[in-house]
Amino acid sequence: MTAGMRLFTFAAPSRFHALAGRFTPWFWLATFGFAVAGLYVGFIVAPVDATQGNAYRIIFLHVPAAWMSMLLYMVMAFWAAIGWAFRAKMASMLARAIAPTGAMFTVLALWSGALWGKPSWGAWWVWDARLTSELILLFLYLGYIALVEAIDDPRRADQAGALLALVGAINVPVIYFSVRWWNTLHQGATISMTAAPKMASTMLTAMLLMTLACWAYAFAVVFTRARAIIVEREQHTAWVSELALAAKGA
Amino acid sequence: MRALFLAVLLRDLRLAARRRIDALLPLVFFVVAISLFPLGVGPEPQTLRHIAPGVVWVCALLATMLSVQHLYAGDQADGSLEQLLLAPQPAVTVAAAKCVAHWLVNGWPLIVAAPLVGVLFDLSGPALRSLVIGLLLGTPVLSLLGGLGAALTLGLRSGGMLLILIVLPLAMPALIFGAGAVSAVESGESAAGHYSLLGALLIATLLGAPLATAAALRISTE
Amino acid sequence: MSSPTPASAAHSDAQAPTLTAASLGGQRGDRPLFRALQLTLRPGQIVWLRGRNGRGKTSLLRLLAGLGTPAQGGVLCDGQALPKLPAHWRRRLLYIAHANALKDDLTVAESLQFLGTLHGRTPTAKDVGAALLRLGVERLSHLPVRTLSQGQRRRASLARLALPHPPSIWLLDEPFDALDDEGVQALHELLSAQSRRGGSVLMTSHQAVALRDPVPQMLNLDDFAIAA
Repeated sequence: MTAGMRLFTFAAPSRFHALAGRFTPWFWLATFGFAVAGLYVGFIVAPVDATQGNAYRIIFLHVPAAWMSMLLYMVMAFWAAIGWAFRAKMASMLARAIAPTGAMFTVLALWSGALWGKPSWGAWWVWDARLTSELILLFLYLGYIALVEAIDDPRRADQAGALLALVGAINVPVIYFSVRWWNTLHQGATISMTAAPKMASTMLTAMLLMTLACWAYAFAVVFTRARAIIVEREQHTAWVSELALAAKGA
Repeated sequence: MRALFLAVLLRDLRLAARRRIDALLPLVFFVVAISLFPLGVGPEPQTLRHIAPGVVWVCALLATMLSVQHLYAGDQADGSLEQLLLAPQPAVTVAAAKCVAHWLVNGWPLIVAAPLVGVLFDLSGPALRSLVIGLLLGTPVLSLLGGLGAALTLGLRSGGMLLILIVLPLAMPALIFGAGAVSAVESGESAAGHYSLLGALLIATLLGAPLATAAALRISTE
Repeated sequence: MSSPTPASAAHSDAQAPTLTAASLGGQRGDRPLFRALQLTLRPGQIVWLRGRNGRGKTSLLRLLAGLGTPAQGGVLCDGQALPKLPAHWRRRLLYIAHANALKDDLTVAESLQFLGTLHGRTPTAKDVGAALLRLGVERLSHLPVRTLSQGQRRRASLARLALPHPPSIWLLDEPFDALDDEGVQALHELLSAQSRRGGSVLMTSHQAVALRDPVPQMLNLDDFAIAA
């Protein structure tokens, strides 16, 4: 087992801490770059929509945020599962670092969805399948965060969180399906978020750029948070003490 | 394996029989909570008939969450849980037995009380039948999911609320299909699709939840 | 007493197994407790595990019983890793924790009956009565556990050891706790009988263990501890 573990040398918290520190500034740069480009294309270059006017432009934030929220949940569940299966502390710490960012993207998707809803059909909130699923995803995130925060023993917290994240990941398709079913039965809100405006190529470009910006942002924030988690959890080790001394000296 | 399953099941039933008031409290909560809705929404029969399926299901869900909190807490406190996990048979047997016991003690009163409550909301005969069938299929799912939540949050201070937060999203499909079945029957359609979905959900949960609960019990007692 | 055919593993333990801890490391949360622990518990041996509070005596017992995963190393039963032991082998191990595992609302007899079933035996009412008698609490058998004193509960909990076909390996955490002289005497008799049968015992105790037959060997956990 030790030979195999050597492959994952970055799995050592100290090495991850150093590596992440080196890459994070580049991610921030990428975030800024992509965001500026994406917002420029989305708000200046892309044409005004025939039916929805300028209000539709919020999708350049809403759609990437929604994608990220779903993707990050799966990534979080993946790393948590790795941490559980291989008893790899670093993987579990990474999962914990991802959760708040994932939750944030969910909130962003919901909020931007509301901003789109108001001018489009007059209500701040509509119980359509997508938004409702997004809301339930937020609850899944909050449940995970609450559980790992409530458990004092870090090992138990890692493992319990991994189990919950996996159960949640398995349930996401079930929940999505059942919400779609529920929505089609109760034909209250016939307007659907999925009826996005016909995609001009500039709109697609803008979405892509914004997605990349969200990706880079996620990396930057998750790495920063992960480094903080590592330092807190490994505070009894020698390398962290050295780090603290060096920081104090600087 | 059957000997252990039966032993744990009978023990839990016996314990519940000796604390009958405690066993019936969730049922009382169920009825009281349901009664709040007419007070909040108004007594108009049309409205009440419309919201009845959802109200009954939501209150059944909450009542189950409240009663499932104590599923493992007592055993952990007096050291029985460790001994249960040390039995030669796999922990899945214990998890399954406890969920069945919970359903028999806490689920059945809800199933029996639901039609009575449904009458308060002026539901028709077929709708009442649909409610009972749905709860028959759905309450085991709730007990199974609740058992998983109880095992995960075992011994934590914030236990109760945390359990509810964790389990409610997972229980939403059951809620949707169960309440949807009654609404379908009320509007004259067939609820067969809903029942099949509930049945599929039940089978999937039966296969997955005890395994996950056994893993959670090991994690929580490490 | 012990059947000559090892194949019938249901009740008779032909040759008591050897429990080995190989380079065992234990931790509580993220903090290591002890490391590189080597321990072999052979048939007939009685070992008294000592160590200061917080050293991990209970953690070690739990690891040997198969609860929890060690930080390093593993536990072997007759050479087989503990997690992979088949059911009828696991029956030969009995762990009695500090907590009594008795339900307040059950009678003493019902509790003992249940615990016996848990360990893979099927004790009859007579067996239960006889076991309680050996620990001196037979007259309490129909009372709910909640009415018993601490010492009486401890005795009722230890009565598991007096049921027929006892397991070969006993792991006992503070068994003498709350026992009066009579209770201690009864437990000594059970321990001696276990050793004569060829079974083994590993127990912790803060009080001095005055057992004479056999005299227990001592294992000090402080020797393997990791300085905090």
